[in-house]
Amino acid sequence: MTVVYDWLIGPFADFSFMRRALVACLALSLGAGPVGVFLVLRRMSLIGDTMAHSVLPGAAVGFMVAGLSLPAMSLGGFVAGVVVALFSGLVTRFTPLKEDASFASFFLISLAIGVLLVSTHGSTVDLMHVLFGSILGVDDTSLLLMASVATLSLGAFAVIFRGLVAECFDPSFLRALGARGGVYHTVFLILVVLNMVSGFQALGTLMAVGLMMLPATAARFWAREVWSLIALATAVGLLSGYAGLVLSYQLNLPSGPAIVLVAGGFYLFSLLAGPRDGMLYLILRRRHLRS
Amino acid sequence: MPALIELRDLTITYDRHPAVHHLSGQFRQGSLTAVVGPNGAGKSSLIKAVAGLHKPSQGEVVFHGAGPRDLAYLPQAAAIDESFPISVFDVVLMGHWRRAGAFRPMAGAMREAAASALHNVGLDGFEHRPFGSLSAGQRQRVLFARLLVADCPLIMLDEPFTAVDSRTTADLLRLVERWHDEGRTVIAVLHDFEQVRRHFPETLLLAREAVAWGATAKVLTTENLLAARAMSEAWDSEADICRGAA
Repeated sequence: MTVVYDWLIGPFADFSFMRRALVACLALSLGAGPVGVFLVLRRMSLIGDTMAHSVLPGAAVGFMVAGLSLPAMSLGGFVAGVVVALFSGLVTRFTPLKEDASFASFFLISLAIGVLLVSTHGSTVDLMHVLFGSILGVDDTSLLLMASVATLSLGAFAVIFRGLVAECFDPSFLRALGARGGVYHTVFLILVVLNMVSGFQALGTLMAVGLMMLPATAARFWAREVWSLIALATAVGLLSGYAGLVLSYQLNLPSGPAIVLVAGGFYLFSLLAGPRDGMLYLILRRRHLRS
Repeated sequence: MPALIELRDLTITYDRHPAVHHLSGQFRQGSLTAVVGPNGAGKSSLIKAVAGLHKPSQGEVVFHGAGPRDLAYLPQAAAIDESFPISVFDVVLMGHWRRAGAFRPMAGAMREAAASALHNVGLDGFEHRPFGSLSAGQRQRVLFARLLVADCPLIMLDEPFTAVDSRTTADLLRLVERWHDEGRTVIAVLHDFEQVRRHFPETLLLAREAVAWGATAKVLTTENLLAARAMSEAWDSEADICRGAA
């Protein structure tokens, strides 16, 4: 009994930094769940990745102006992310370039500016911090930021949910009725950037996408409606956060990759055993059809 | 019957290549019109422009007495992500958008309307099935149920019967005829001339320009069809960039 306690609960009971990290993971998962699900549904999975990278120069500018200050870096990151999303959106709309290509172009420019800024004005340690985050170093300010972003995201999703689902399913039907589908897309992109910024302090820009996408892709093998996908993705995110922190504490691993790898484990397990077109299911069904 | 939709010198281009070229004419209120023509004749482009989904590069679409909000549009089957995780009932409920919008609750009467629409397309008991698990014909029935719920005076269908089995086609054609009897204006892009002759009183034969437009029997003549094919082939080899009215 004590072994179980020592493994699963002890770290959080003993250390406040572990409790903060856990709360941070909970907050992140609440926002990242729906964001990830809609990114998958809109076939924008890789755009999450590009958005994560594009946040970097903004965070670097924030760092140059105010030092290692989370609000400044977050604000900078948010602005950079929205600018990239905005320009990419305009290019997609007015030129033949497709959405993924225009996002890729702008994020690469943005990333290069970011690396340039960090390497001329900061140290490599700072760059590592932005790229990989440090969930064990989460303070009150960042916790507040993550909780606010999660609250705002859930509220915003509640408001745009019907429109966003209808627009994902069949944009032409809505637009023919005079609905402004573009509004939902824009609000959604802003939510993506917000959650990315909220995640980069804890997990870093690279790992934050992991907590967004892996639970969503895992949920795809179990759930069959948007709301249940979101519920499941959020639950997987929460569990991954908790289990990743436990593993990172007990086995002395870096926490960000540990969390994302647990989420990756959930994904691989779902891919194998999920009842909605999981591999075992497909194999069994083929056998059934043959006999 | 007065004109409901008037096309004034309409030109629709993609990358400056005209898909529809200086087309003028009108769809009368309560008319049931088939839009036919060779591949690449601009049929889909035309109804997308009328539905407000593609901006014409020249000319305009004028509505008389109906707004774009009165227009229900059924896209080509390929435009809908069939693997989207949504239940049949939720798809049909989307038809209420005009009344419910993004926020108003869909309760009571609206749910009953959706259930009765499903009944009308022969899909009783399919409410909770995932849309993606249905056959192509059943999916098309669901989308027609959504049109029923939308209850719009103006209905535009882009290749509604492509890849749909013959029994479903017959059932859905009965709905189209019912809409016509109810005085709604229906415009459909079609391929099957036999079907058009039997069910659609009016036809627009399109080959980027109107080859003929009017009563179906007068439009679908051998000469006109040959002319349409010749025009469409000429377009392909000839100057592709619009140089204004010829």
